Amino acid sequence: MTESELGKGSLLGGFKLEERIHAGGMATIWRVVRQWDTMPMAMKIPRLKDGDDSSFIVCFEVEQMIMPRLSGRHVPKFIASGDFSMQPFLVMEHLPGKSLDVLMREAPLSPQEIAVIGAKVARALHDIHRQHVIHLDLTPDNILFRKSGEAVLIDFGLSRHEQLPDLMAEEFSLPMGTAPYISPEQVLGIRSDFRSDIFSLGVILYRLTTGEFPFDDPKSMAGLKRRLYLAPVPPRVLNKKCPNWLQEIILKCLEVDSDKRYDSGAQLALALENPCQVILTSRSELDKSDSLWTEFKRWIRYSRSGPSQLRSVARHLDTAPIIMAAVDISPGAEALSDAIRHVVKRIYHGERNARITCVTVRKTRLVGIDLGLDEAGKNLYVQYLTALKQWAQPMELPADRVSFHVLESPDAAMALINYAKSNHAEHIVIGARGSSMLRRFLGSVSSHVVAEAPCSVTVVRLHDTGDSGVTSDGYSGHG
Amino acid sequence: MKTGLFADIHANREALEACLRHAEANQVDDHIFLGDLVGYGADPSWVIDTVMQYHARGAGVILGNHDAAVLSKPELTMVEDARQAIDWTRPRLTDDNMKFLSGLPLSIEKKDRLFVHSSAFKPADWSYVADVHSARKCFGATFSRFIYCGHLHQPLLYHQGSTGKVVQFTPVAGVDIPLGMYRRWLAVIGAVGQPRDSNPAACYAVHDSGKNILTYYRVGYDVTAAARKVRESGLPVWLGDRLERGV
Repeated sequence: MTESELGKGSLLGGFKLEERIHAGGMATIWRVVRQWDTMPMAMKIPRLKDGDDSSFIVCFEVEQMIMPRLSGRHVPKFIASGDFSMQPFLVMEHLPGKSLDVLMREAPLSPQEIAVIGAKVARALHDIHRQHVIHLDLTPDNILFRKSGEAVLIDFGLSRHEQLPDLMAEEFSLPMGTAPYISPEQVLGIRSDFRSDIFSLGVILYRLTTGEFPFDDPKSMAGLKRRLYLAPVPPRVLNKKCPNWLQEIILKCLEVDSDKRYDSGAQLALALENPCQVILTSRSELDKSDSLWTEFKRWIRYSRSGPSQLRSVARHLDTAPIIMAAVDISPGAEALSDAIRHVVKRIYHGERNARITCVTVRKTRLVGIDLGLDEAGKNLYVQYLTALKQWAQPMELPADRVSFHVLESPDAAMALINYAKSNHAEHIVIGARGSSMLRRFLGSVSSHVVAEAPCSVTVVRLHDTGDSGVTSDGYSGHG
Repeated sequence: MKTGLFADIHANREALEACLRHAEANQVDDHIFLGDLVGYGADPSWVIDTVMQYHARGAGVILGNHDAAVLSKPELTMVEDARQAIDWTRPRLTDDNMKFLSGLPLSIEKKDRLFVHSSAFKPADWSYVADVHSARKCFGATFSRFIYCGHLHQPLLYHQGSTGKVVQFTPVAGVDIPLGMYRRWLAVIGAVGQPRDSNPAACYAVHDSGKNILTYYRVGYDVTAAARKVRESGLPVWLGDRLERGV
């Protein structure tokens, strides 16, 4: 049965076609059902006709190759695929929500809304990058949201799995992607830099902030190449309400040299979620477009150099981890928190691109009202934050490599675990106090964190003798 | 069916044993030896005897340039170490070993698959498939959709789509690669017995014809023992050293 003969009620690969939900130039999408299966499912069927551009077929092959290897909340669940020897198809979880494109029509949005959306998409990118996949066609059309809020990335037809052959590379000599969103390195035909996706997200953030494209919607190769040497109009010029931290973030994403962009989706999300901790550089101050002379100088530089050398996604993410220092800053814990600082500093010096998030928990009451004030009426949150910054000060970490977070929860361990999960922490450093009968009975915060953390955990202990020597027992476990 | 592909064993008993064990655990039920059973290593006769046993059970075995050199005389282009190893190997082979080598073909074709030691373009010239240019030449010499070869001592994979453009890919050990139906594939299997990509671990690959998936593997083996045997046997010392460094 060919694609054109398929209709409502047709059976394909054990799935019954119920409703055609999209008919595009390259594929049709049907809502499908299967006996005994309650999951909402969508089937993508490529339009294959004689004389078609072979890119259609290759895009579909790429998607068939990559989808089964992706998992998690940020992609539709893969269900089945049909062979090219018969009628090819791809069945995935059906996500009924609207794409980001719908929201885009309401741009400019408020900075807070943009930060929330941007952080969600950045986390989704981080998740696929960790699975060795670069999307390479991140557009508002290709971003959906689950009811629970997480961003879901779809349409992996132009994507690259760094551990699999790049089928796209054999077909085309022109850059592949969507013109307004494509990164400078993709324009040059490079399909192996995961920070291309950070650039595309920068374009989305720019558009959400200003309602306009930073590099227009070029129709020619020369037009596409302009983004290699032309800086975009600073967002604040187009929208006076754009705060300087948001301009800083957007322009950092849009850097021509991918080395100057964020090191990972997780680090970008962290910046969007903590605007007051964004380090402002001259990017945030820009209030007019570049002069013709500056543009000319950039053009000369571009024609001489080209973009920087590229690195593997997973290997790069390994060297740009988020390291979470969980510190108890309450009185009496000084020796242990000193020891934690010692270990964190040692780890930081071995990981040049690491970002340290210093986290402490202010335990709130389980029952009753917690006003968040001390006896003198001072704000406890601010006190904790100040103490945390004081704790980190001796490490002398560069400001753009460290951030501070006070979590407020009645359950310290759960708060730390949830924070590590939602922020893609690669490594937690936490202290364990000496054992006591009560602690053995109740279970300590550190043992709870070790048991349930989504990443490696280093437990720092003081020697029994009471001196300040450190035993970092490298308690590593993947929960 | 799962076919184990073994190239460039080069008389390295420890490496071959480790790969065969790994393949067995992988439920490989068909074996193809892509040439260069001997040369460089210290156990040529043991390796040929072992491969002969697999051959008797249906395995395909291809002639490599070092095997051919043992039968006649080394090629003029062969480096000095390799020539010395050939001269060292020849008297250590049994009559049965020599007879077996002399009966080996330059290539084997099975349905849409071609097995050859070096490029399919003039196989007796022993040219390398080492870049997209030589890969294109190799693709052009046959109609087979899948070509498997060795000779280079480093794992690579080439694919050619409808436009004719050839793309090179460096496979990642242990990752299943689906060999899509709409293109041709040329797999250069790394060396079992003398890897040269700075990774001393032995290399072999498995093609699962049911799922049409190719997987390259790297298998750790007792490199120290193999290298020591080379040095103690009177072969050029460098041939032992290079095993330990994977160069």
